[in-house]
Amino acid sequence: MKILVPMKRVIDPDNVNKVKISDDGTKVSSEGLEWKPNPFDEYSVEAALRLLEEVDRGKMRGEVIVASIGPEEAIRQVLWCLAMGADRGIMVEGSDEQLDATVVARTLARLVEKEAPGLVLMGKQTVDGETNQTAQILAEMLEWPQATFAGRIEAPADLSRAKVTREVDGGSATVTVKFPAVISVDVRIVTPAGVKNNVTPADSLKRDGARYASLPGIMKAKKKPMDRYTLEGLKVDMTQRVKTISFSLPPVRKAGVIVETVEELVEKLKGEARVI
Amino acid sequence: MDKILVIAQILDGQVKKSTNSAVTFAARLASFLDSTYSIMALGDNLDAQTGDLIRLGADKVLTAESRGLDQAIAEHWSPIIEYVVRNGPYKFIVGPSSSIGKDILPRLSYRLEAGMASDVVGVSFEKGKVNYVRPMYAGNVNATVQIVTDIEVVTVRQTAFDAFEPVERTSPVEKVHVPLPPEVLGRINFDGFEKSVSERPDLTEANVVVSGGRGLKSTENFKIIEALADLFGGAVGATRSAVDAGYINNDFQVGQTGKIVAPDLYIAVGLSGAVQHVAGMKSSKVIVAINKDEEAPIFQVSDYGLVADLFKAVPQMIREIKKVTG
Repeated sequence: MKILVPMKRVIDPDNVNKVKISDDGTKVSSEGLEWKPNPFDEYSVEAALRLLEEVDRGKMRGEVIVASIGPEEAIRQVLWCLAMGADRGIMVEGSDEQLDATVVARTLARLVEKEAPGLVLMGKQTVDGETNQTAQILAEMLEWPQATFAGRIEAPADLSRAKVTREVDGGSATVTVKFPAVISVDVRIVTPAGVKNNVTPADSLKRDGARYASLPGIMKAKKKPMDRYTLEGLKVDMTQRVKTISFSLPPVRKAGVIVETVEELVEKLKGEARVI
Repeated sequence: MDKILVIAQILDGQVKKSTNSAVTFAARLASFLDSTYSIMALGDNLDAQTGDLIRLGADKVLTAESRGLDQAIAEHWSPIIEYVVRNGPYKFIVGPSSSIGKDILPRLSYRLEAGMASDVVGVSFEKGKVNYVRPMYAGNVNATVQIVTDIEVVTVRQTAFDAFEPVERTSPVEKVHVPLPPEVLGRINFDGFEKSVSERPDLTEANVVVSGGRGLKSTENFKIIEALADLFGGAVGATRSAVDAGYINNDFQVGQTGKIVAPDLYIAVGLSGAVQHVAGMKSSKVIVAINKDEEAPIFQVSDYGLVADLFKAVPQMIREIKKVTG
């Protein structure tokens, strides 16, 4: 089975409080900051690799395809995912200004037409745009079932369906989706028991988190196939449904005071802040 | 007239406060458009919730009741809401930015050929167009967006809009019966729901939240902050790393990828203040941080910081508060 994993490069999530905005308020500047794969997408790569492990990958009947829409430089993050172990890359040239969740979903739908994957496994949101819409829109576009915010995926060896535990308000909901399907993942998917394919031995030890690219992995990645497309070439309808008018910086919360003792803290909370 | 349809969130038999915040947003939007809003609820049986829904100031409450609808499956809810929108005067669809809203509304938006603004924190009206403000980059950038389709879909961040206070006047109730299109059946099956157990108020509804980080070091030690939360009738929260370490269930995670909270008082205990965590709590009215590392970034967003060992400071704080409150 083919698994398509969309991946977006984002500004280093740990330093995202250092982003700047252009003077005219039309652009977010990444100046001086690193680019990384969107963490949720990296988790999807990890989950896809675990899902196919020992099922049929050795015989090359299964494939993890990582697809990105972005500028040429975004190929570095695709290569990172290939170095983690994904089999193939797809690079679609495009820029954030051209995209909204619908345009991204339309592009992915074109790739789904070409590749016919049994599963699209993607991050529940990017940590830059944070719309949390693309997986759901894509699922409706393809008329496939969706299981969003997956913290756990269990699939039988024939990969015909998956039991997905979704992290939702008030607890966790479990659904079974028939493949082909769209699954969006939450952070817990990369815990040691996050993905079970019922072939991998139960005592197989997974480390917590997404795997790192190994040095041999990085060497191999460059030789892996990489298909290139343009949005025009894919005949994607580029009509945006949401237009960004401007960006602004929200008011910054100022640091308050450091108190010396617990007594002083409680006194201030009562007398000054009046919260107790 | 372009009307607004608010999708209610019901969980565990209760109309959640996230619905009231979405109603406050809808009322503001209605004042811009010189329009009104209706409220729609979907579920198995909504008899117990109708009483709350009819006091939310709507011109009409629509209920769709059918077996299994309480499971809130996006494939099932979207065609039903779509039917109501296509056969009504609705041009704006508003829902809470809760897990239900986030899951279902994007799918619905595509059925309606509509653009969608997620997690909206501000709204204004200019030259006949609605401007939505929404946070990006873990709350470090605000984007102003416009939706350019005939129908506009919006999810509303609960912390940005005060909960609508119920009114005396009641709204008429209309039951809607929409059979599910056969093609959506059979693709997905609901297996079950596991409730996270807590005797404390919901994180998103509590006036006081006490959160712990990796500094708590164990599940057992979370009892220390639970005791502090209980003093206020508050909720307990946690950082992602505390959840990842297994100290507490993921339903209690506060941050960019967890719950967004804005209580009157937020006490951050033994947590450093990673940007992802701060994104989930920086709108709190008063923030207190207790951490032994004076360099911890959490102190940069705190109103009151205490550099101390939490294992000594928190029990002492409990004693002091008991003293002053009697």
